[in-house]
Amino acid sequence: MTKSNAKSYWKENIRYVLILMFFWFLVSFGAGILFKDFLNEFKIGGFKLGFWFAQQGSIYVFVILIFIYVYLMNNLDKKYGYDV
Amino acid sequence: MYSLLYEGIGVQNWTYILVGITFSIYIGIAIWSRASSTKEFYVAGGGVSPLANGMATAADWMSAASFISMAGIISFAGYDGAVYLMGWTGGYVLLALLLAPYLRKFGKFTVPDFIGDRYYSNTARFVAVVCALLVSFTYVAGQMRGVGLVFSRFLEVDINTGVIIGMIIVLFYAVLGGMKGITYTQVAQYCVLIFAFMVPAIFISIQMTGNPIPQLGFGGELVDEPGIYLLDKLDGLSTDLGFAEYTEGSKSLIDVFAITLALMVGTAGLPHVIVRFFTVKLVKDARKSAGIALLLIAVLYTTAPAVAVFARTNMIETVSNQPYNSVPDWFKKWEATGLIEYFDKNNDGLIQYVADEKNNELIVDNDIMVLANPEIAKLPDWVIALVAAGALAAALSTAAGLLLVISASVSHDLIKKMINPNITEKGELLAARLSAIVAVCVAGYFGINPPGFVAATVALAFGLAAASFFPAIILGIFYKKMNKEGAITGMIIGVLLMLFYMTKFKFGWFGGGTKDDWWFGISPEGFGSIAMILNFIVSLSIMKLTKEPPKSVQEIVENIRIPINAGKATH
Repeated sequence: MTKSNAKSYWKENIRYVLILMFFWFLVSFGAGILFKDFLNEFKIGGFKLGFWFAQQGSIYVFVILIFIYVYLMNNLDKKYGYDV
Repeated sequence: MYSLLYEGIGVQNWTYILVGITFSIYIGIAIWSRASSTKEFYVAGGGVSPLANGMATAADWMSAASFISMAGIISFAGYDGAVYLMGWTGGYVLLALLLAPYLRKFGKFTVPDFIGDRYYSNTARFVAVVCALLVSFTYVAGQMRGVGLVFSRFLEVDINTGVIIGMIIVLFYAVLGGMKGITYTQVAQYCVLIFAFMVPAIFISIQMTGNPIPQLGFGGELVDEPGIYLLDKLDGLSTDLGFAEYTEGSKSLIDVFAITLALMVGTAGLPHVIVRFFTVKLVKDARKSAGIALLLIAVLYTTAPAVAVFARTNMIETVSNQPYNSVPDWFKKWEATGLIEYFDKNNDGLIQYVADEKNNELIVDNDIMVLANPEIAKLPDWVIALVAAGALAAALSTAAGLLLVISASVSHDLIKKMINPNITEKGELLAARLSAIVAVCVAGYFGINPPGFVAATVALAFGLAAASFFPAIILGIFYKKMNKEGAITGMIIGVLLMLFYMTKFKFGWFGGGTKDDWWFGISPEGFGSIAMILNFIVSLSIMKLTKEPPKSVQEIVENIRIPINAGKATH
């Protein structure tokens, strides 16, 4: 549990956070808002795709993102011996 | 007996039975889980399991606004309603990834605790206390109002009596049990509210689309008109009456963007949500319980847009161009509460419900859509009563969480940390209970005499949380050189700008203004995003000009980034 150990743990953590935040932004502000009109030209069932992302899809992805983070961080904790 | 059940015992009796049973459960739990120390009172002893904490967080979060108002707002706003759906769920991603694990590691009782210690300053602590009180009081008034609304409609008691009954129940378990009592009642309340929300949604989904899963049903085809999608039909109905297409909405892109961001960031900065993550045992439990909380919240949040579509379609079909004399029973009952209003402008005896205000004859309050939905769809009495019990669970659970934040801010942050650090454990516990009592009374007062700006102040609460806490906490964790001068100035300027903008455009102060005067075309609801960005800019600029924080503080920051030895929450 040295200082450099803590530093590289933090660096890897930040990398995970940035990647996941990118997807967080992509599904909500991207698919649900900025590209909504474009996506609305496609349909799944009775849903226009942009509308679906805004009112359904983004929420499902949010839940998945958090559980991916939980999984990644639990492994990272183990790797660095922080899972006591 | 059989014939009594068969004939039905009536909505009102069912409501008495279900509300009676659920209230007894809450009180029973409160007696079983009394708090005996300040640690139990503030953070439930710090040993709550991630699942229980997830359920409690979900109930804490889903308020009268989520349960009663949200689907109704969406059903009138169509696509634009997505700002609430994404805004109030996306914030949990921020919480799980950026805040909860580190605040848990920090291991204190309240949000002002973190701000005060991280920024080594009682001024910072005081600013945080003021913000926490402001945010929580505006919120809690709305919950009490929700309680009163349900009582008055379903039990036909006076709205004020309803508020007082709600106050007594909350008082009982919040004062007795503190966070410990609240946590376990919230677990029960989650079960009640989610069951109550889902049952009618599933019934109606089967009725209209033949699909028992509402999330899929509202994208499906109609049972009555095979080959036609429900959403296409609603788009058609809406445009026929002069409204915008349901799936398109009418807000500007930038405003939708700003409101969504403000609500997400505000969610992540709300003290009553953050404090829930102090109650779990380990840092990894904080991450996991944020995930569980959002999963449980998502059940309601993905159902609400389906309910909105069902309710909107049903309502238009039931009342549009129908003779007023033959309206169903629920219409008259809601009319009596003033939440449905009908003016026969052209004296033809029919109900013209159209977008054009000059010819529109019907005004339906957002808040009744969820409550009236089972009646509009002619569901059995017990389902209607169940919705009433669920709405009460939603309102009470949130009110209790908020009251705890208020009482902890006073007894712990103000009295223990600032006014009288020598106060005994017993004295502090007593102070916490007394401030909870005072807070309930103030909340009840606002519930009975709602300030005309309740709706405006809820948006204000999110804006304030976004403009104050969020940047201060994020910088406190991710930037160890952040100092007190920067953080305090940032919080104060962020909050003042937010207050200025809200009062200018909501109450007409500082010369007022209309939609055309909005800065960058952003509504007051979305302005929290701008105030937050300004807070970040100010904090960082002031920091560059002032001296860096002491080494000991920088070490604390390095320490909270490592998930081991989280310890129990301490003073």
